[in-house]
Amino acid sequence: MTHLKKILLGEQGLVVIFAVAFVIVSLTVPNFLSERNMLGLLQSVVTIGIIACTMMFCLASRDFDLSVGSTVAFSGMVAVMASNVSGSILVGLLAAVLCGAIVGTINGVVIARFRINALITTLATMQIVRGFALIASDGRAVGINDPGFYQLALSRFLGIPTPIWVMGLFFIVFGFVLNRTVFGKNTLAIGGNPEASRLAGVDVARMRIWIFALQGIVCAVAGVLLASRITSGQPNAATGLELSVISACVLGGVSLAGGRAAMTGVIVGVLIMGIAENVMNLLNIQAFYQYVVRGLILLLAVLLDNLRSVAGRQRV
Amino acid sequence: MQDFLEFRSISKGYPGVQALSDVSFTVRKGAVHGLMGENGAGKSTLIRVLSGDQSADEGQIRIDGEVQHYRSVRDAFHAGVIVIHQELQLVPELTVAENLWLGHFPGKGGVIDRRKLTGVVSEKLAEIGIDVDPGAKVASLSIGERQMVEIAKAVMLDARVIALDEPTSSLSSRESEILFALIDRLRANGTVILYVSHRLDEIFRLCDSLTVLRDGKLAAHHPEISMVTRDQIISEMVGREIANIWGWRGRSFGAERLRVENIAGPKLKAPLSFSVRRGEIVGFFGLIGAGRSEMARLVYGADRRSEGSVSVDGAAVPADSPPKSIRAGIVLCPEDRKFDGIVQGRSIEENMTISSRRHFSPFGIINPKKESELADKFIAKLRVRTPSRRQDIVNLSGGNQQKVILGRWLSEEGIKVLIVDEPTRGIDVGAKSEIYEILYGLAEQGMAIVVISSELPEVMGITDRIIVMCEGRLAADLPRAEFDERRILAAALPDIKNSKELPLTQVR
Repeated sequence: MTHLKKILLGEQGLVVIFAVAFVIVSLTVPNFLSERNMLGLLQSVVTIGIIACTMMFCLASRDFDLSVGSTVAFSGMVAVMASNVSGSILVGLLAAVLCGAIVGTINGVVIARFRINALITTLATMQIVRGFALIASDGRAVGINDPGFYQLALSRFLGIPTPIWVMGLFFIVFGFVLNRTVFGKNTLAIGGNPEASRLAGVDVARMRIWIFALQGIVCAVAGVLLASRITSGQPNAATGLELSVISACVLGGVSLAGGRAAMTGVIVGVLIMGIAENVMNLLNIQAFYQYVVRGLILLLAVLLDNLRSVAGRQRV
Repeated sequence: MQDFLEFRSISKGYPGVQALSDVSFTVRKGAVHGLMGENGAGKSTLIRVLSGDQSADEGQIRIDGEVQHYRSVRDAFHAGVIVIHQELQLVPELTVAENLWLGHFPGKGGVIDRRKLTGVVSEKLAEIGIDVDPGAKVASLSIGERQMVEIAKAVMLDARVIALDEPTSSLSSRESEILFALIDRLRANGTVILYVSHRLDEIFRLCDSLTVLRDGKLAAHHPEISMVTRDQIISEMVGREIANIWGWRGRSFGAERLRVENIAGPKLKAPLSFSVRRGEIVGFFGLIGAGRSEMARLVYGADRRSEGSVSVDGAAVPADSPPKSIRAGIVLCPEDRKFDGIVQGRSIEENMTISSRRHFSPFGIINPKKESELADKFIAKLRVRTPSRRQDIVNLSGGNQQKVILGRWLSEEGIKVLIVDEPTRGIDVGAKSEIYEILYGLAEQGMAIVVISSELPEVMGITDRIIVMCEGRLAADLPRAEFDERRILAAALPDIKNSKELPLTQVR
C-alpha cells in the first residue's frame, strides 16, 4: 500500500496512472487500439496539444491566458481571408502568424508593462479578438478558395497526418526550450519568485512579453491547422478552448502558482483529455456526460497534485 | 518557585533526521526562559511541538503539572499556549481590534458589537502598556507594532505560556527595548515566556534561565542565567570554543571603486553620496527605517533613481535596471532572502546560475555540463551543506541559502562591487563566521563591499569603516580606529533628546 502510494505521489505518478489507464482501455474498449482510432485521437488533440506548449510557459511564469480560443478563431479566419484575397497560402499563413503575434504582444505589454492582472487583461482581449473574428466575417463562416489549403491538415507523411507531426515537433521544441535554455529556466524562475528573479538580473517584463507573444504565434499555427481541417474560417471556432488547454496543463502537473512545469506532464495531460473523450465516443456515451467526466478528471488531477505536494512537504 | 512548564523526554523524528531526541527541561512560573542553539539544533521543532502544530513521537509536555494531550494549534490555544512566529500571523487589511478578536468576534447573530470590539481592546492595550490605535489597520503599522499586537492577542486569550521565535530579528534597537519592557510586565504577571533568539545580549538582558540545544539534544540547561558566561553559551551551542567569530584582519585599500553621488528615489528623499575603495568593506548601520536598504536598492537599480549618479571604476551605471547593473559590476544580496533572494521550488544549481548561465549558453542554449561544474565548484568553495546541487533551495538552512545567493554573484563575471543587506540575519554562529570569511576573501581580491546590518557588534566586528544612517540621511562616517559603540548608536538615533531610550547595555 505504501509502495503504491509512493509511486502514485511521486514525480512520475501521472505517467503511471496514464499507462495503467491506457492498458485498461486498450483491453476493454473495442476498436480503441486500432490505427485509425489512434490517429483520430491524436488528430482531435492537435489544437489543445499545440497551444498547451506555450500555455505551459505562461502558467509556469505565474501568468494566465484566456484569449487563446479567440486568437485561434481569429487567426484561422485571417489565414483563410488573406489567402483568398492574395491567392497565396503562404501570405495567408504569414498574416495569421502576424495577427497572433500582435494579439500576444499586446497581452504581454499590457500585463508586464502596465501591470494589469493577466486574468482581466486576457479576459478583455478574448472578447475583443472574438469580436474582430465576427466583424471580419460578418458572423459567417468563410470558405476556402484554394484546395491546397486543405492539404495542410489532410496531407500525410509516413502515413501520419501533418498536424500530428506539427504537434510532435512543438512538443520536442518546447520541451527543449523549457529544460535546456536560458529562456525556459528564466520562465520557471519568474514563476518561482518574480521579485527575486528580477533582482537576480532577469528582465522579467521582457520575458513575460515574449511568452505572450510566443503564445499568440503558436495559437495562429493552431488556428491555421484548425481552419484547414474544418475547411473554412469559422468565427465561432474554438470556443472554450482556453479552459481545455489550461485543464490539460494542470492535469500535467503545471502549477498555477508558477515555477513548476514539465513537458512530459503536459503531453500526458493532453492525451488523457483526448482519450477520455475518445473512449466516451467509442462507447456511445452521450456528449452531455462528457462535460461531467472532463470536469471530474480535472478535479481528481488537482486533488492528486495537492496530495503530492503535501507528501513532499512532509518529506522535508 | 515551582516548575510550571515541563518538557519530558521529547523526541521527534522526520524521515532522515532526528530533530529532537530525549529533550527534558523545566521552566519556573513567571520566568523568561531562553532557548538557544544553532539553526537545525531543534529549536523550531520544539516550538512546533509546544504549539500543537506537530506532535512529538515520544515524551510529554506538562503545564502546571498537568499532562497536555493537544493535537492541534487550536487545542494548544485552549491550553493557554501561544507561539508568536517570525512571520506574523495578522490580517493586514483588518484593524488592530478586529485582528485581536478574530475567530471569536463579540456580538449577536453574526452582527458585530462595534463598541465592545474596540472598547475591550483599548482597555487591554492600555493595561499591558501597548501604545497602538485599536482602529488602525494592521497594514499601516510598523513591524515592531505588529509584534506588539500579536503579543496583545496572546494576552487577550489568557495565554499561560507565550513562545517568541526570534522576535527582534526585524526590530530596531528602540523597538526591541519597547518589546523587552512588555516582556518584563508579562513576567511580573506570572506568564511563562519561552524566548528563542540568536542574540546573546538579549538573552542576558531578558532571561532568567536558559536551555541550549545542539543537534536535537539538550546541550545545557541553566536554571540561573547569572551563573553562565557568554563564551560558555557559545561553546555549548557549537560544541567548541570560538575565539573570535569576526576574524577581521587588516587590508590595504586601492583606488576608489564605487562612487555614489546625490542619489535619491521615491523612498529616499534626501540625496546621498559616498564612495568605497577597492578592498574596502564599508558597513551601513542604522535603525530600521533609516533608509539603508532603500539606499542599497537605489545603488543597484532595483528601484529607479530619480536623481544622482552611481559609477564603478569611473563608468556610469544606468539608473533602473538590475541586469545592467550586473553587467557594470554591481550586485546586491537582498535583505529579505525569502521574498527577494531565493527562487522557491527551484534547485540550488538553478538558483546559483540564474544570472551567470548566460555566459555558457550560446544562442540561449544552456551547456548543462558547464552549469553543473560551476554549481559544484561554488557549492564546494562556499561549503554549502547539501547532498546534491539538485536539491530544492527551500530545503537548505538560512545560512546555506545565503551562501547560494553569494554563489550566484561569485559565479558571475567581472563583479566589482558587492552589496550585502543583512547577510547573517537568522543564521547560526558557525555559518556566520564562514560568510565573514568569504567577504574578507573577496575584499582581498579587490572587490568593494558594502555590508548593511542591524547588529551593531557585527558591523563593528567585520567592517573597515562604518557609515551611520538616520532618517534617510548620512549621520556619521567613522574609520575602524574610531569605532565606538555609544557614538555610533547616538548617531543612529533620530533625536538625541530621547536619550533615556538609548539602549545602554547592547553588548556585554
